[in-house]
Amino acid sequence: MKFSVIVTLKKDVLDPQGKVVQNTLLNMGMDKLKSIRQGKHFEIEVNENNESIARNKIDEMCKKLLVNLIIENYKIDKI
Amino acid sequence: MKSSVIVFPGSNCDRDIAVALEKMQFKNQMVWHKETKLPKSDLIVIPGGFSYGDYLRSGAIAGKSQIINEVIKAANSGCLILGICNGFQILTETGLLKGTLLRNQNLKFINKDIQIKVINNNSKFSNKYEKDQILKINIAHNEGNYFTDSNHLDQLKKEDLIVFKYCDEKGNINKNSNPNGSLENIAGILNSNKNILGMMPHPERMVDEIISNKDGINLFSSLLN
Repeated sequence: MKFSVIVTLKKDVLDPQGKVVQNTLLNMGMDKLKSIRQGKHFEIEVNENNESIARNKIDEMCKKLLVNLIIENYKIDKI
Repeated sequence: MKSSVIVFPGSNCDRDIAVALEKMQFKNQMVWHKETKLPKSDLIVIPGGFSYGDYLRSGAIAGKSQIINEVIKAANSGCLILGICNGFQILTETGLLKGTLLRNQNLKFINKDIQIKVINNNSKFSNKYEKDQILKINIAHNEGNYFTDSNHLDQLKKEDLIVFKYCDEKGNINKNSNPNGSLENIAGILNSNKNILGMMPHPERMVDEIISNKDGINLFSSLLN
């Protein structure tokens, strides 16, 4: 079973990389651009056919290593 | 006094700290990260560098390495732990120190000599300094922007856990003397038991007049005190 995990910085945490990308796009003339936040994406495959067990495993991976819970949020989706 | 320096793939300040420790008469041993046992130590140092190439987040992979379980056990039984630069990042990833180190606000790797002020000179790591003493010390990092939640910041202040803050040559602590955007100019903090210090500046680079100055020496002599 395959999952996608998206990790993003929490709302109040400064995202300097996102800001630079945003400024560059604005300089390129993308004047409809309102805001950008940069994050990380993981594609994770697990040997488990029960979706809720698999999700729990992914959740454990996120909490224990993939995500820094002080500054980041995450979202798990089956793909 | 016996010390151990933990070495990860990508550590690059491990030999500098070993030279500084030996100069100060510590009996030092280097410990590879795959070891499962720590030699008996009064002090464990987690050195600077780029452990595991900073993959995932600085210090994240080293924070889950085999030897770190032993470091955590030693820390919980009162052993002194010093994390410098990447070592500080690793200590926050293990949870031994709260908070985290974000990317420098200006997005640049900063390598220069800056000033820090001794805020707490009552700790095992800083008792040989004067209170409010200004030290000239090197920083070399990309993620040194310390961040923590407001409850923990209150605790840091109340329990006098902030040891060093960035300042200018006159000792002013403000936005202009903050090199990396760190919360309240924090450069080094203790845990609440005060046996663990994490700091971004490099005291081991300031132990000899020939290459720099001796402003880092008193950190090591404090430990021996």
